[in-house]
Amino acid sequence: MIEIEGITKRYNGTAVVDDVSMIVEPRTIAVIVGTSGSGKTTLLRMINRLVEPTAGVIKLDGADNRSLPGYQLRRSIGYAIQGHGLFPHRTVAQNIGTVPLLLGWDKDRIKARVEELMTLYQLDPQAYGPRYPHELSGGQQQRVGVARALAAEPNVLLMDEPFGALDPIIRTKAQEDLLAIQKRFGTTIVLVTHDMEEAVHMGDKIAVMDAGKLLQYARPAEILARPANGFVETLVGSSERPFRLLSLGRVRDAVEPGGAEGEAIPGDASQRDALAELLWTGRPALPVKGADGKPLGRVTVEGLVKRARPA
Amino acid sequence: MTLRFDKLGVVIAAIVAYAAFAAPFATFRANRIVPGQARSVLEALPAALGTLLLAILIIGGIVALLRTPLVLRLAASVITLAALAILIGVAGGLLTPAGNTFARIAPASGFWLLIFAFTLLLADVLTRLDLSPSARVGVLAVAALAIGALLVSGSWDSLSILKEYASRADSFWAEGSKHITLALGSLAAAVVAGVPLGILCHRVEALRAGVLNVLNIIQTIPSIALFGLLIAPLGWIAAHVPGAAAAGIRGIGTAPAFVALFLYSLLPVVANTVVGLAGVPRAANDAARGMGMTDRQRLFDVEFPLAFPVILTGIRIVLVQNIGLATIAALIGGGGFGVFVFQGVGQTAMDLVLLGAVPTVALAFAAAIILDAVIEMTSTKRRADSE
Amino acid sequence: MRAWLPALLRLALLVLLVVFIASPGWFEPLLRPLTENGAPAIYNQGSLLTLTLLHLRTVLVATVAATIVAVALAILVTRPAGAEFLPLSRSLVNIGQTFPPVAVLALAVPAVGFGEKPTLIALFLYGLLPIFENALTALTTLPGNVMEAARGAGMTGWQRLMKVELPLSAPVILGGIRLSVVISLATATIGSTVAAKTLGEVIIAGLISNNLAFVLQGGLIVAALAVLIYDGLSAIERYAARRMGREAE
Repeated sequence: MIEIEGITKRYNGTAVVDDVSMIVEPRTIAVIVGTSGSGKTTLLRMINRLVEPTAGVIKLDGADNRSLPGYQLRRSIGYAIQGHGLFPHRTVAQNIGTVPLLLGWDKDRIKARVEELMTLYQLDPQAYGPRYPHELSGGQQQRVGVARALAAEPNVLLMDEPFGALDPIIRTKAQEDLLAIQKRFGTTIVLVTHDMEEAVHMGDKIAVMDAGKLLQYARPAEILARPANGFVETLVGSSERPFRLLSLGRVRDAVEPGGAEGEAIPGDASQRDALAELLWTGRPALPVKGADGKPLGRVTVEGLVKRARPA
Repeated sequence: MTLRFDKLGVVIAAIVAYAAFAAPFATFRANRIVPGQARSVLEALPAALGTLLLAILIIGGIVALLRTPLVLRLAASVITLAALAILIGVAGGLLTPAGNTFARIAPASGFWLLIFAFTLLLADVLTRLDLSPSARVGVLAVAALAIGALLVSGSWDSLSILKEYASRADSFWAEGSKHITLALGSLAAAVVAGVPLGILCHRVEALRAGVLNVLNIIQTIPSIALFGLLIAPLGWIAAHVPGAAAAGIRGIGTAPAFVALFLYSLLPVVANTVVGLAGVPRAANDAARGMGMTDRQRLFDVEFPLAFPVILTGIRIVLVQNIGLATIAALIGGGGFGVFVFQGVGQTAMDLVLLGAVPTVALAFAAAIILDAVIEMTSTKRRADSE
Repeated sequence: MRAWLPALLRLALLVLLVVFIASPGWFEPLLRPLTENGAPAIYNQGSLLTLTLLHLRTVLVATVAATIVAVALAILVTRPAGAEFLPLSRSLVNIGQTFPPVAVLALAVPAVGFGEKPTLIALFLYGLLPIFENALTALTTLPGNVMEAARGAGMTGWQRLMKVELPLSAPVILGGIRLSVVISLATATIGSTVAAKTLGEVIIAGLISNNLAFVLQGGLIVAALAVLIYDGLSAIERYAARRMGREAE
C-alpha cells in the first residue's frame, strides 16, 4: 500500500506538486494522468525519492519512505521509464540483474531470476541474455526495461510513460503483458501517462492531475461518468466518453436472453468491441459464447447503448 | 547574516596567503645568469607601500573567499592586479642599485602566483558574467591598453625582461613582425588553397579519404623535423629555378618555415571545410536544387554561408597553432620570437626566454579570444536570422 | 581483399619501424645520398633504440599523469559538489589551449631546470587539455534516461560513476587520450632543445650539422610511431564504442 499524505514540491517558490493526498491499495494499478507539466512525473519520482518533497509524507506499507537512505529505498522499488534507459554497455542479462546484484544476491539466484523473467517476457535467455540492448528491437528493449524493474521482486513498481515510445500494436501487447504479470506477482503499480485511453484500460483507479493539483482520484467508470470538473471532462474527451465507458465492461455482463444470427462473440470481449462489430455489420444483435464455446445469449445495440451512458 | 564561503575562493585565498607571506615577491641577481636571491613583499618595497600591498592582497583574498556580489569580485580582482602590476615596477626600481647595469630584478614565484590567483578570480567573474562576444573583445582591448600604458610609461623598465628588451629593441620588433608575417601569411595561403581543396573533397568523394589521410600524416611529423626536411627541396629550388632565389626562396630561413606552417595549416582548413559542407542540411540543399539553382549558385548562396562558422573554427585552430609553431622557425633561421626563446635557452638566460615566450602566448591568447568572438557572432547571427 | 590492405600496410610499417630502430645500419645506403662531405648517414651519437624507448617513456609518463589528473578533474566538476567550477574549468581549458608548446616548455625551464623534467611538464600540461575536454563532454552528455534508470535502480553516486558513467564515457575519453598522445609524441621532440633525451636529439643534431639524413630518420621514426599508436588507439576506441551500439566518431 502506498499512502501519499499532503505532498508538496516547490521549485523556487512555484508549486509543481501542490498538497496531493491519495492512497494506492495493495495489488492494484493506479494511473496518474495529466498534460505535460501537470506534476505527475514529479509526484511519481517523490515515491522513490528521486525527488525529495518540500512537505508531506509518503508511506510504503505503513513505513515512512524516508526511514531508509534513498538508494536503499530505490532498490526495493521497481522503476521503469520511457525509452527504457537500458545500460548500453551491459548485456540484457546484466541489465536485468542490476538491482539483485546491488542487493548482493548470489550468482545462482540472480541467474535463475533473470531466466525466469526473460522466459516470462518471451525472450529466450540463451539467445538474448548475452546480447547488448542495441541489438534488440524497440519492443524487446521495452520488455527488458520492465523485466529489469521487476528483477528484485519489488512490491511496488513505478512506471513513467513506459509505453510512450512504442508503436500502437506493440504498445497494446506490452499493456496486456503488464496486466498479466501484475496479476501473477500481485505487484502494486503506479503508472504515469498522458494517454487517457491507456489510463482507462490499465487503471484500477485513475488520478487526474493539472497544475500540480490532484483534481480527481476515482475508479475509471466514476471518472468517465462523473468528471469532477471541466478539465477532467476535456481530458476524458466528451466524444470518446461513451466508448471508453463501454470498454470497461465485458460482453458477458451485457448478455440478454435470446439468440442471433452469425458468428458468436466471446463473453470476455469488451462491450465496446461488441458495439463496434454490431455497428459495422449493421446487425441489431450478436450471439455470445462462453469460454467453453457454449452460447450464453445475445447482445443488442439497444442494450449496449443504454450501458454507454452513466448509470 | 551568516558568512558563506565560495569554493573557488577557498583555493584562491589559500594561494594568496601562501604567495603573499611565504613566497618571494621579487628576485635580485647580480647579473643576468647567476642564481637569484629572494625578496619578500616587505623587503622589496618601502614599508608604507609594502603594507599597502599586503592590505590590498588580504582584502582581495577575503572578497574571493566569501560569497560576494560579482561586481565586488570584479573590482577586487582588477584593483589587485593593477596594484601588483604597478608595484612590481616600483620594486624593480628600488632594488636596482644606483648606476648598476648588470643587476637584474625579476618577479619571483610569489608574484606569479598572486597574478595567477587573481587572474583566476577575474576569469571566474568574466565567465559568470557571460559576456557578449563584442564585450569580450572590449575587455581584451582594455587589458591590452593598460599593459601597453605601463610599458610605455617606463614603470617596468627596471625589470629584467625589459632590460633584455632594451638591449635588443630593434631586433625584437623585427622578429615580432616576422613572427606575425609567418603565422598570418601561412594561414592566408592555407585558406586560399585549403578551402577550394575542401570543396573539391566534398564534391568528389573518391578524393576525400586520400587527401585527409595525407594531411593527417603530415600533422604527425614533428614540427622541427618537417622544418628541417624542407631545407633540401627549397635549397634545390633556389639553386635551379630561375628567379626563385631573387624572390627570397632559400634553403634555410623563412621559406621552409613558411611552407611547413602552410602544410600544418592545411588539415584543419580542409577538414573543417569538408565537415562544414557535409553539415549543410539536406533539406536546404534539396530546396535549392528544387528552385533551380545551378551547382555554383548552390555553393555560394546556400552551402558556403551555412558552412562558414565551421570553416572559421578551422581558421581559429590554425591561427593559434601557427602562432605557437612559428617559434620553431628560429631553429632553422626563420626568425620570429622563437629566436629569443632558443637564444635564452642556450645562454640559460631565462629573462630572454620570457622575452620570446610572453609575446607569443599573448598573441595566441588574443587571437583565440578575437576569433572565438567572431565565430560566435557569425553563428548567433545566423541562428537569429533563421528564427 | 581491399579491407585487408590498410591492416597490411600498417603491419608493414610496424615491421619496417622495428627493423630500422633495431639495426639502422641496414638502411645506410638509402640515406647515404642525403649526406654531404662524407658525414655519417645513421645517427652515431647514441642508439636509436634507446632514444626511441626514452621518447616513448616520456610520452607514456606524461600521458598517464595527464589522464589521471584530467579525468579526476572532469569527474570533480561534474559532481554536484564541484558544479560551481564547471564554467570556469571550461574557460581555463579554452585559455590553456592557446599556450604554445614551445612557450610552455621554455617557461618550465626556469622552474625545474634542463632535461627531462621541463619536457614532462610541458607534455603533461599540453596533454591535459584534450583529455579533460573529452572527459567533460562525455560526462555531461550521458543519455538522460540511462542516468535516470541508474538512480532509479538504487545505485549510489559512487556506483553510478564506476558502473555507468565512466564505462559509458570510456570511448570519448579514449579519443582524448589518442589526441593527447599524438600531440605529445611530436612535442616531445622539442624537448631536446632543453636537453631531454628524445628522438628530437637526432633531428636537432641533423639541423645543427646540416645533415638531412639525421633529420629525416628522426622525423620519420616519430611520425611512424604516431601513425601506429593513433591507429591502435582508434581501434580500441571503435571496439569500445561498438560494444555500446554507438558509432565511433
